[in-house]
Amino acid sequence: MEIKKTAIAGTLESSDIQLMISQADSGIAIDLQSDVKKVFGDQIEAVITTTLNEMGVTAAKVKAVDKGALDCVIKARTIAAVQRAAETTATPAWEVL
Amino acid sequence: MKSKVNRELPDELMQKLDYKPFETTEIGHPEIQRVAPKVHVSTGDDKIVDSIKQVVADTVKDGMTISFHHHFRNGDFVFNQVMRVIIDAGIKNLTLAPSSLTGVMNDMVIEAIKAGTITNITSSGMRGSLGDFVSHGGLENPVIFRSHGNRARAIEHGDIKIDVAFLGVPSADRLGNANGMEGNAVFGSLGYALMDAQYADQVVLLTDNIVDYPNTPASIKQTQVDYVVKVDKVGDPDKIGSGATRFTKDPKELKIASMVNDVITHSPYFKDGFSFQTGSGGAALAVTRYLRQAMIDNQITASFALGGITKPTTDLLNEGLVKKVMDVQDFDKGAADSMHTNGNQQEIDASWYADPDNKGAMVDQLDVVILSALEIDTKFNVNVMTGSDGVIRGAIGGHQDAATGKLTIISAPLVRGRIATVVPDVTTVVTPGDSVDVLVTEFGIAINPKRTDLIAVLSNIPGLPVYKIEDLQKMAEKRVGTPKPLAFTDRTVALIEYRDGTIIDTVKEVKD
Repeated sequence: MEIKKTAIAGTLESSDIQLMISQADSGIAIDLQSDVKKVFGDQIEAVITTTLNEMGVTAAKVKAVDKGALDCVIKARTIAAVQRAAETTATPAWEVL
Repeated sequence: MKSKVNRELPDELMQKLDYKPFETTEIGHPEIQRVAPKVHVSTGDDKIVDSIKQVVADTVKDGMTISFHHHFRNGDFVFNQVMRVIIDAGIKNLTLAPSSLTGVMNDMVIEAIKAGTITNITSSGMRGSLGDFVSHGGLENPVIFRSHGNRARAIEHGDIKIDVAFLGVPSADRLGNANGMEGNAVFGSLGYALMDAQYADQVVLLTDNIVDYPNTPASIKQTQVDYVVKVDKVGDPDKIGSGATRFTKDPKELKIASMVNDVITHSPYFKDGFSFQTGSGGAALAVTRYLRQAMIDNQITASFALGGITKPTTDLLNEGLVKKVMDVQDFDKGAADSMHTNGNQQEIDASWYADPDNKGAMVDQLDVVILSALEIDTKFNVNVMTGSDGVIRGAIGGHQDAATGKLTIISAPLVRGRIATVVPDVTTVVTPGDSVDVLVTEFGIAINPKRTDLIAVLSNIPGLPVYKIEDLQKMAEKRVGTPKPLAFTDRTVALIEYRDGTIIDTVKEVKD
C-alpha cells in the first residue's frame, strides 16, 4: 500500500497513541515518544512495524506519541492512520483487519 | 549481604555507614538511649533577628546538619529563602535533613548540590527534577530515605543530629511560642516540625506574623527556640493543600473504594471503638465516604482516626462518628481549620505518631489502615519510591509505620495505563510484605496467605472476588504485556531504611 499524504490517527489522551504517517523513499522509520519507552518501546515499535507490514506498507515515516496505549489500540490507530495516508478509508482492506 | 526481602545490599557501603540489613517487622523490647540537644541559655529577650542573612551567619557552619519541615508543601517560601542565603554565603558540605522535600524546593536543592553546599540528604522522599537528578547520579553520597516514624527515631537516637532547624510558622511571638493554625499561611498540625524543635541544637523560627506575647496555643514552645526571624511571607496559602476536597467520580476508584469498604466491614476489626488511618488519594477519600455510611448503618463509632488528615475525616469527627482525630499533618484547609476549632482534634508529633522505639506509638494501636502503592509484588512487598522507569518519584511518608496496623489494606488499580501495579517483583521494596494483609484492586482482592483468619472471613462475600496475588499479577501482565527489565548501573544513589533503622533495599543509578 502506498502512502500518498501525511495523515494522523489517535489522540493524546491517556491510554491512547497518536500516530502521524507520512511518505518516505524507502524503509520504515519510527520516531517514538513514550513515558513507557524504557520498558515497552521495543514492543510498541514492533506492533507498528508488524501492522504496517501486514498492510503492505514498505516505505513510511511514522511519528508516534504514546500515552500508555495497549497493543490492540496501537494496532487500531496504525491501521486508521495508514488508511487515511493511503486514501483508502472508503474501501478499507477488511481482510487485513 | 541481603535483606530479609531478598534484596542484595552493597557490602562496602553497608559497612562504611555501619548499617545492618532488614530482618523483621517485629521491633521487640530493646532498651535504647535517647540524646538531648545543646541549650544556649538566654532569658529570651534577644531572639528577634532582622534578616535570614544574619541568622545564617550566626548559626550555620561548614559540615553541619540543617533541617526544615514540609508542612507548607508546595506553598513553601521558607526553604528557598534560607537556602539561597546559605548557598550565597559559600557554606559547604551540609547534610540536609528535612521531614520531606516538596516540588517547590527541587531547583534550589539541585543548585545547592552543584555548588557543594549540600553533600548529604536524608528525607522521606523526593519527586520531579530532584528525583531525576539523584537517580542519574547527581549526588555523590547516597540519599537516605526514612519514614516519618523512623525520622523521629533517628533524631531521638542521634542518627540524625540536627545542628540548625529552620522552621517556618504562620504565627509566633517574640520568644518563639508558635503554632500552625493562626495567620495567613496556615497548615494546621506542626507534627513533623515538633521533632526538630525538640532535638535541634539551634532552632530558628521564620514567620510573617509576629503576635503578642505569649502566643497560645503554643505547639512549639519558647523553651525550644533560639531565634525568631520576620520574613515577608512564609507561604502561599493556596498551594499548601488542595482547597475543597472533591470526591472522585472515577468509576475505577469508586469500585476499589467500595471493595475496600467491604473488606473493612466484614473484618473482625469493624466494631465499636475501632480506629483507622486513610490516605489522601481519590480512592482513600471515597473509602471514608463509604465507611461513614457503614458506621451509621451499623451504629458503630471509631475511637480515633490517625495520620495525615483530610476534611472528610474531620467531618466524621463533627458528626460524632469518630471520637478523636490524632493529627500529625493536615492535607487540606478544612482539616487545618478544624484543628483550630475542634478540641477533639489533637496535634501529635512524629514520635507519638509512629516512632517504633517508643513507649507505644499511635500506629501500634491502629486497627485498619488503607495505603496506596506504585507497585506491589507477589510477596506483598510495596514500592512507593521509584516509578516505572526506575527513577525516584515518591516518599515513604508513614507507609512503613502505618502498615504495622492490624489490618493493612493496599488499594491500587491493577494497571495504570500500560504499567502493571501488581508485579512479580517490585523495583524498590519500601514496605515489607510481612506487614501487608490485603490488596484491593478493581478486579478483586488478594489476601496475604499468612492471614488465614482473614481468608476465612473474607472468602465468600458477594461482589468481593478473592484471587491469589499471583493470579492478579498474571491478569495485569496479560493486559499490558511483559515489560523489558529496567537497566541500572552498580552505583547506589539511595538507601531505603526500614522503620527500625536497618536497610531494606537500595535505589541504583538508572542507565539511560
